[in-house]
Amino acid sequence: MSEVASEAVTEQVTPSAPDATGEVGRARRRSEDARLITGKTNWTDNIQLPGLLHVAFLRSPISHARISRIDVEAARARPGVVAVVTGADLGDEQGSLPCAWPVTEDMVLPDHPPIAVGEVRYVGEPVAAVVARDRYAAVDALEAIDIDYEPLPAVVDMERAIAEGADLVHVDKGTNKSYTWVFEAGDLNAAFRDAPVIVERRYVQQRLIPTAMEPRAVVCSAVGDEYTLWSATQIPHILRLMLATVTGIPEHRLRVIAPDVGGGFGSKLQVYGEEVVCLLLAKRLGRPVKWTESRSEGNMAVHHGRDQIQRLSLAADRDGRIRGVKVDLLADMGAYLMLVTPGIPLLGAFMFNGIYKMDAYSFTCTGVFTNKTPTDAYRGAGRPEATYAIERMMDELAAELGLDPLEVRRRNWIRHEEFPYDTIAGLTYDSGNYEAATEKAMRLFDYDKLRAEQADRRDRGDPVQLGIGVSTYTEMCGLAPSRVLGSLSYGAGGWEHASVRVLPSGKVEVVTGSSAHGQGHETAWAQIAADRLGVPFEDVRVLHGDTGISPKGMDTYGSRSLAVGGVALYNACDKVVDKARRMAAHLLEADERDLEFSAGSFKVKGVPGQARTLQEVALATFAAHDLPEGFEPSLDSDATHDPDNFSFPHGTHLCAVDVDTETGFVKIRSYVAVDDVGKVVNPLIVEGQVHGGLAQGIAQALYEEAVYDADGNLTTTTMADYLVPSAADLPTFTTDRTETPATTNPLGVKGVGEAGTIASTPAVVGAVVDALRPYGVDDVPMPCTPERVWRALRGTRGQAPPEGAPEPGAGGGLGSAGGAA
Amino acid sequence: MPRVSVDVDGVTYEDEVEPRLLLVHYLRDRLGKVGTPIGCDTSNCGACTVLMDGLSVKSCSVLAVQADGHEITTIEGLGDGQNLHPLQRAFHEEHALQCGYCTPGMIMAALDLLRENADPSDDEIRDGLEGNLCRCTGYQNIVRAVRRAADGMRQAEEARS
Repeated sequence: MSEVASEAVTEQVTPSAPDATGEVGRARRRSEDARLITGKTNWTDNIQLPGLLHVAFLRSPISHARISRIDVEAARARPGVVAVVTGADLGDEQGSLPCAWPVTEDMVLPDHPPIAVGEVRYVGEPVAAVVARDRYAAVDALEAIDIDYEPLPAVVDMERAIAEGADLVHVDKGTNKSYTWVFEAGDLNAAFRDAPVIVERRYVQQRLIPTAMEPRAVVCSAVGDEYTLWSATQIPHILRLMLATVTGIPEHRLRVIAPDVGGGFGSKLQVYGEEVVCLLLAKRLGRPVKWTESRSEGNMAVHHGRDQIQRLSLAADRDGRIRGVKVDLLADMGAYLMLVTPGIPLLGAFMFNGIYKMDAYSFTCTGVFTNKTPTDAYRGAGRPEATYAIERMMDELAAELGLDPLEVRRRNWIRHEEFPYDTIAGLTYDSGNYEAATEKAMRLFDYDKLRAEQADRRDRGDPVQLGIGVSTYTEMCGLAPSRVLGSLSYGAGGWEHASVRVLPSGKVEVVTGSSAHGQGHETAWAQIAADRLGVPFEDVRVLHGDTGISPKGMDTYGSRSLAVGGVALYNACDKVVDKARRMAAHLLEADERDLEFSAGSFKVKGVPGQARTLQEVALATFAAHDLPEGFEPSLDSDATHDPDNFSFPHGTHLCAVDVDTETGFVKIRSYVAVDDVGKVVNPLIVEGQVHGGLAQGIAQALYEEAVYDADGNLTTTTMADYLVPSAADLPTFTTDRTETPATTNPLGVKGVGEAGTIASTPAVVGAVVDALRPYGVDDVPMPCTPERVWRALRGTRGQAPPEGAPEPGAGGGLGSAGGAA
Repeated sequence: MPRVSVDVDGVTYEDEVEPRLLLVHYLRDRLGKVGTPIGCDTSNCGACTVLMDGLSVKSCSVLAVQADGHEITTIEGLGDGQNLHPLQRAFHEEHALQCGYCTPGMIMAALDLLRENADPSDDEIRDGLEGNLCRCTGYQNIVRAVRRAADGMRQAEEARS
């Protein structure tokens, strides 16, 4: 297969080495680590305040029921209990949790009170809250709350939910369809008419539980009419605005702090009912309150991810050239629309074409209500689903035509000389080099040798078969150009803010609206500022995650921080230098145009020794004794960056698996990821992001699934049932990079947070299917547990499970957990 | 209420505790030793791992009363105040943490692993840390860090002997 992509590697795609003095590009160890490795971390649950009370929530044990009676008197009477509130007690005060993305004008948007009123619609929905002197007393009192439920029919299956006469999640809405959203480009009928090859498949994106290691936690204090809310959140700025909107507490009286946050992966990109309720309780009681969830309640109540049924059609010519792709999705919203629930599958609408050229494309998505935990962003958010679909379809096309899967991709992908390229989905991919990434990945993987081994093992009838999976992915990152969000009816813009303050001593404070929760911004942002300002790395401090300190921001998600927030910082630094240049010229009695700025110093061109450092200029500006005419005595600068375009990381991932045809067990033998994320600020951090992303994508392929029974009970509420892989379950990855800088921002960066997750799932499942293809298998539903692989091999997948019951093998199959399915 | 005497990171505490009080809640809520976090309620994740008399335990699965008369070491008790423990340093050097929530438990579990096996292979490290979950790193750099610390600790040991 060495004909693939050998022609195109150019100098530009070799990762650049940092220059000797440059901070950007340097594999700096993270400054965040000091507190994290010594236990000096400020997690929300660590916070203690005088008079702190503890909150516990009682949650519905039934997926759909009318609440006919709640008696909280016995709970109120228990020792140490300060208050018990129900949804009715909070009344209008609790408002309705916001959905910021009305994707269509006629989208069905049900009320979503933080504590249920009258009816519960998923297992885990809050029905009452207890406030007590400590967490044990609060949890004890939950048992004393007496509730009568009248069960209603549970809506669990999406396809049944939209059938005629289906039971309804929201009876007053008269339908389980929230919306249908359509995008079409090109003449699909023409593309499919008389097409020599048509591939049709149905894939299921199983429901996932994001599982950040830090469970959610909220602390809220009220002093007079001033409120401070600490939350384990990715979005302190958005949360502040939304809490003000929901509760009526004026935005300027509310400060939101995201202290150290232990991972998010989208799950903490949310405005949660528990946050609203804690704020209202602190307000009512005039005492600070804390709520920390247990993992078991979190698995029910943190929003879930994925959960789509994908019907896909691909038309192609006999030579493998794609004519058109048709996508028809059912996307499970769960019981309510949360912050960006309906928009998540639509983030995939522009990605089902992947890196490929085609004449026509059609995308239809119907959002469906079920009696399950609401879904929303989870690492990749719509794009992993799209990438999985198109990459699996490319494999199927290759199989149909008897071509190597990389060859069929090569015949369709955008060639490196064709950038910038306007895709069928309406995006402009600014840069990329799929040939170079693929060639490098094939070399690291030893592709041809593994294919030869595969052929040999197939010939020998080896009971352990080798499968090779391919994913040549791209993604849209750097969310997002505000005008695009506007055109998609999103409720806000996509800019980011940064401030740079040069202190009198010459030290620098960077304030960023990005809100890191494990990504290492404190290090990377200091590298950018140190480079732009020519100051030592150690002289830069990065402040974030507190609306009292960083008042303006759009927070961290969608691989946006560097591509949007990092560029805002870059621009703010340039403004500082521009101001300082004028002051320096004044101090040096020189013309601004005769100054050059390098290594933190303004020098008069051609006059050695005539120079002022940025620190000297800062001190002189602080003193303000001698300023240029009309000069405002400050170097501090702000910048708000709104990107012109998304960024488009891409790469080639190759996965080899050994599949035991007798037991169905899958073992990843090697995994090569070559990613092109543009310019890199810190290669250490980038590699770490790729590793973690791979782990989560592999977990979807092989291990994880949120399983509901026919009555809508979540059966994977604990980590013993929902199988997050351990070190023993994952392989050692081979990672490398190619580098085509983004052309739409001055840093040339594209974003890396989601790449590994987006790319890896189809590579792994593709490898499993590749191993089994000689046995007539063309799909194994995710996660590819031993039982499911075993059943696929024996052709028993077609036997439908009992009405509404999970498919056999659901729930994952970790080697380390002994196959808990 | 039962009375316990527990040595935590070199300080002796005497307290009356409810019999049902978990060691991790005793550490966090009563002693203010919040360096040890809680990641689950079913003893799967290992975030709360501490050493009891030198052996790793998940402190969510030990009652405070069971710690009576025992010596507990948490992440806060590692190192000597001035210098980091080799495992802490290795986690930093190898970028073996991102959000850092699993890190205290991961380091304490690795310490026990290296006590049992001073020169573990990568597979032995992976198997040995199976009870500690990390959602950020994909474990690769954690494995590297444990190997690096093991090498450093062995060399230091050889230099002493």
